[in-house]
Amino acid sequence: MNSLKRLMKTAFRSIYRNKMRSMLTALGIIIGVSSVIIMVAIGSGSGMKMQEQINSLGTNLIMISPGEAKTGGVSKGGGSLSRLTFEDVARIKKSTTLLSGISPVVRASEQVIGGAGNWSTSVYGVSTDYFTIKNRGLESGEFFTDRDVQASRKVAILGITVVENLFPDEPPLGKQIRIRNIPFTVIGVLKEKGEGGGMGNDQDDQIMIPSTTALYRLKGGQYIDMINASAVSIEEIDNAKTEIEEILRDSHRLNEGEENDFTIRTQAEITETASEMTETITLLLGSIAGVSLVVGGIGIMNIMLVSVTERTREIGIRMSVGARSRDVLAQFLTEAAVLSLAAGVTGILLSVAVSVSLNKFTSIRTSLSFEIILIAFLFSAAVGVFFGFYPARKAASLNPIEALRYE
Amino acid sequence: MKTVIETKRLKREFRIGEVTVQALRGVDLRVEEGGFTAIMGSSGSGKSTLMNLLGCLDQPTSGEYYLDGKHVSAMTKDEYASVRNEKIGFVFQGFNLLSRTTAIENVELPLSYDRTGRIKEPRKAAIEALERVGLAERLDHVPSQLSGGQQQRVAIARALVNKPALVLADEPTGNLDTKTSIEVIQLFQQLNEDGITIVLVTHEHDIAQYAKRIVQMRDGLIVSDTQVKNRRNAANDLKEIETNKKEIRLAVENGVAESNSGQEIFLAKGAGK
Repeated sequence: MNSLKRLMKTAFRSIYRNKMRSMLTALGIIIGVSSVIIMVAIGSGSGMKMQEQINSLGTNLIMISPGEAKTGGVSKGGGSLSRLTFEDVARIKKSTTLLSGISPVVRASEQVIGGAGNWSTSVYGVSTDYFTIKNRGLESGEFFTDRDVQASRKVAILGITVVENLFPDEPPLGKQIRIRNIPFTVIGVLKEKGEGGGMGNDQDDQIMIPSTTALYRLKGGQYIDMINASAVSIEEIDNAKTEIEEILRDSHRLNEGEENDFTIRTQAEITETASEMTETITLLLGSIAGVSLVVGGIGIMNIMLVSVTERTREIGIRMSVGARSRDVLAQFLTEAAVLSLAAGVTGILLSVAVSVSLNKFTSIRTSLSFEIILIAFLFSAAVGVFFGFYPARKAASLNPIEALRYE
Repeated sequence: MKTVIETKRLKREFRIGEVTVQALRGVDLRVEEGGFTAIMGSSGSGKSTLMNLLGCLDQPTSGEYYLDGKHVSAMTKDEYASVRNEKIGFVFQGFNLLSRTTAIENVELPLSYDRTGRIKEPRKAAIEALERVGLAERLDHVPSQLSGGQQQRVAIARALVNKPALVLADEPTGNLDTKTSIEVIQLFQQLNEDGITIVLVTHEHDIAQYAKRIVQMRDGLIVSDTQVKNRRNAANDLKEIETNKKEIRLAVENGVAESNSGQEIFLAKGAGK
């Protein structure tokens, strides 16, 4: 215990004596440690942000799109072979017990005229279930009804962004808008949801109209773009998926062995893909930052080597009064470890400060985890010992006679 | 009387490339407790090599070395370090103090490597050692704040602090002027009177005259080993220097600067100011 205290004292003194040099050396480790922590914090922060955005897409969401999804093979691409119909939706709705809602989606990009001018936006033809599936509430007005859908009524619910552009100064309810020269009556305004993130469009830059209206009056044809459904609970998502798959295979008269001509994706899968992606990005960022930590370690080694050469005489004196090789080794190792640990702690403090202020003052989300701080701390200590070992051994292996004679 | 040093046919060879240099060619030396031995010889005579072997800084090629009754020539590096720590105190020509480290910490240094725990209060022991060399008021001075003589006293205190069986001094006066040299030698004589065994390596004949015994070396062998007749007393010599100085100063002040050496008067004048 006493000898450890003495070692620390000697190490601190020697670091303190070369303040400037020690600071510059420590800077390498400080930058390394803090960049590792900050990079990982940014990585996992953006992962969390993405997760939230995915969750905001809907509850227990199941998305069915036409065309097969081939992984590893050539994909025809979603929508290339549109084979979903209103009939599919009706069948699923009739035979399932595991879904709390289901809605067809007919999508079109349209130039919309009304009020102040015109605006290019996405028009979604959906059924009434869509609003519960997607967690959409109303700012004002009301949703359209099943009756509106059945009758293909020309009613529309606008997103906030659309309202801002078409009706900046007046309440839009009851006003007329024209989509492809077809007049629609605005019956509601959607609550603001914010950007859909990596998952596609601005969820406020949308117009919702009945699905039948969209298909029959705007797009034409008989095929819809997508089916959105929501399972009764998280646990039932996979079962619901299987169920839908069976119904659709039956509906599409697919024989055994034939591949699906549709793709079912669940929110869980999207979440998984997204988290895999962010993990990869985090790993990438972290390892790039890790390189700088190693470079910092080499800086320590360099300085320790200089220190050993500079203090050859001191080592000789210490040996002549009874220091063993291992005492000298311990002395230099302690010095390197103290230096890199101090730098590691400083780096952690710096990175915490940086990531907190990033969170506060920018749109970059960061998430600090205790594990990564601990890992960075231990790693910085390990760097000190690893890169301090060679110089320390060099010092310990000096011959006392030659060390004493060294000028 | 106890024997502190006993060597038998001590040899040390150095290989420099193809050539083997025999630095020591069989040295038999005995030093009793309380001895004050001066080892003399020109450079290349092997006295430094012998010094390194006696100080357990180096291992002999062959032969035996007993230090304080212990057979040390066959020890490991770590055991050597322990022997240096427990039994030997070194005084070097270049003082070899840790720079930017206070006198007291320099003196404490050997105790920080003590693994026997025989010295209970290192700080107290260090203060005692510094008092013994007359530097009680300079505990917190760093070497650059001390004169050469004072630095060498700190080094001597460091050599004494671990209560060694043997103090080895390698040209301790080599970097000092005549008066300071005699002061340092006086300290050695005083320590020797207190019972400390001293081995002094020097090439200065004058300095060797203060020892009790002179061992002459040439070409790696001891060529003569004599007791000093008319041993000089450093304390008396110092007094003499003082009186001489006074006389010269008086002479200078009275304007009757008559001396056989003008230079001496000049120096004395400088010192008197």
